[in-house]
Amino acid sequence: MSQPKKAWSPASIASRVWSLIAVPILSILMAIVVGAIVIVLSSTLLLKQPMDLTLPITAYAALAQGGLGSYDAFVSTFVLATPLLLAGLGVAIGFKAGLFNIGAQGQFLMGAVGSVAVGVQMAHLPAVIAIPAALLGGMILGAAWGFVPGLLKAISGAHEVVTTIMMNYIALAALTWSVTGPLRQVGAAQPSTATVGAAALPIVLDRSGHIGIFIALAAVPIAWFLLYRTTRGFEIRAVGANPDAARYAGVKPRRLIVLSMSIAGMLAGLAGACTVLGVTHEVNASFSTTVGFDSITVALLGRSNPLGVLFAALLFGEMRAGAGPMQIHAGVPVELVDFIQALILLFLIANVVLRRLLRLRGIAGAEQTGFETITRSYGRETTV
Amino acid sequence: MDSLNSIPVIGIVLQLFEYLITALPFLAHVAVQLAVPICLAALCGVMCERSGVVNIGLEGIMLTCAFTGWFAGALFTGLLGRGTPTSLFGFTMPLLLAVGTAILAGMLMSLLHAWLSISVRADQIIAGAIINIMAIGLTGYLNTLLSTQELASTRSFTALQIPASVVGLPVIGGVINALFGQGPIGVATILIVIVFQIFLFRSRWGLRTRAVGEHPRAAETVGINVILVRYRNVVMSGALAALGGAYLSMEATNSFQAGMTQGRGFIGLAAMIVGRWNPVGAFGAALLFASSQAISQSINISPPAGDLGNLLKNVPPQFFDALPYLITIIVLAGLVGRSIAPAADGRPYERESAS
Repeated sequence: MSQPKKAWSPASIASRVWSLIAVPILSILMAIVVGAIVIVLSSTLLLKQPMDLTLPITAYAALAQGGLGSYDAFVSTFVLATPLLLAGLGVAIGFKAGLFNIGAQGQFLMGAVGSVAVGVQMAHLPAVIAIPAALLGGMILGAAWGFVPGLLKAISGAHEVVTTIMMNYIALAALTWSVTGPLRQVGAAQPSTATVGAAALPIVLDRSGHIGIFIALAAVPIAWFLLYRTTRGFEIRAVGANPDAARYAGVKPRRLIVLSMSIAGMLAGLAGACTVLGVTHEVNASFSTTVGFDSITVALLGRSNPLGVLFAALLFGEMRAGAGPMQIHAGVPVELVDFIQALILLFLIANVVLRRLLRLRGIAGAEQTGFETITRSYGRETTV
Repeated sequence: MDSLNSIPVIGIVLQLFEYLITALPFLAHVAVQLAVPICLAALCGVMCERSGVVNIGLEGIMLTCAFTGWFAGALFTGLLGRGTPTSLFGFTMPLLLAVGTAILAGMLMSLLHAWLSISVRADQIIAGAIINIMAIGLTGYLNTLLSTQELASTRSFTALQIPASVVGLPVIGGVINALFGQGPIGVATILIVIVFQIFLFRSRWGLRTRAVGEHPRAAETVGINVILVRYRNVVMSGALAALGGAYLSMEATNSFQAGMTQGRGFIGLAAMIVGRWNPVGAFGAALLFASSQAISQSINISPPAGDLGNLLKNVPPQFFDALPYLITIIVLAGLVGRSIAPAADGRPYERESAS
């Protein structure tokens, strides 16, 4: 982590920045190339169309156009990046504590349920009261969904990878239940909640740019401050880097695991709340999301650094915004974005190989991804 | 009995037992059916982790193979015609070729995981997560792309019909029907469990596998090639996960839906832990998780009468949907401390460099 102080020359700064971003950028580029190959091959082999080498270009142009092509598109990139940024920060804080939180999906869904439950109740109150209350409702339920796996890990050592996935499916059942049961709007043809009314987040940019964008952007420095400028943050990073050493230094790893998982859940819950209060304004039975896996990619691509997470979230917000136009204009299914996402991670994790292939070793040194601590605790009795 | 049933709480519990006992033949049969994919996932996990490689990507491998099996089935049916199914298990040429293709795909996916975890020495949980995301993306992409195409409709495997005279035997008849009144993959799973259990503890391969998973350094000293053993196990385990995926799209149904594995791979991992990394234990745990699903199905199909029925009518159906996952968490949290993983599980092995 700590490197010897160097003189601040422009060249040294540039080379440091390059060594940080070289692998992520090359991973993205290679994923795009492989994605293009898949587009051509799949349309030729499966749809039996003549081989069209320009199809990937059409597709990627539509993908870029849909997220950056106009002010409208640009705002929608930020709208879609908002939940990814919040949930991604949560996953990143988990990584810093040595926890792999695959539960952002469920925490997001519970955040949606919590915010809509409060929002519908307060739909006729002044917005000053309704909005914070509804956001808080989402944060609390999301935090609860992170707290449970954290507690289970701290008490019994049950690995969070399995328990958070189970919590995701339970969250889905809970969402369906609340939408078809207690929160269902009387008289609605399809199972759906009432709208959140006054609790809706005000639109401040263009047609869709709700104020949640700024909440998410504000979360970046807050997360950075928490991790790097507070005692708790230091302890979280210490537990993640070496739980044994942290314990000898007087840190209580069990408490920190519960705390980190709760914070992660709270952020993912806030992401769900922002999506409901800012975009959908209600929740129906088909409410679904890709935030769960996207936020993992965002955290890994951003190297669990809040600023890195911001850029990664914007990238994926852009891809999500452009995916629809891509399917419409080029006939390439939106799921390509998921595949590209996996490819980015693949190249990122195989960075040792990437460096060797591109002879990058000299530039970036023996820098690792920094996630070696995660599997240490898998299935073990209790490591904390 | 009726007077007992009217006692509050205890009466309901008695009625529940009564209901479960009358529904037992159905329950046992369905539970084994539902346990098959979970069990195959757990066996895949056992084979990997006994040699020291954590594989959470088996969910993705299952999903890919469910897709591959279904799609290859449609392709081969288009090429070869539907064929006449054999009376036993309903084998046809296209179906057999499709299962073979699915197994091949599973082994290829595992090879990727093996390469990432063993050669690249990447974090194995992240490598597995990547495989899961890739599987969701790729199968979703291809499935949407194919939704516009006319595909030949495939058959699915059929279950073994146990003769009525055997089923009629007291106790044993029911057990035989539950275990072996299944399709080919179901029956194969039960045989694999037994063979795997024996081989893991009674063969040279099993000894080497366990040595590599517990103490790779020591294993290397006595001349075992740690890297090779791990590669072989992970790639072989891909075939097991592939069977689990093929079961979903070729035996339980004859179609593919996006995300159809629904976390069964992860439940399988929990079954592996609860079953203490033993094939037979994993099968037992898979049965436990599956029986909660079977009970909810049974209540759905033939709801119990009386007070219990009235009580269950007020339970939302989503509760039963969530039940298997809930039970998985509870059992996992209760048992994990007493279930010890192979010592070198999840740790990449680095040869001591002599040079």
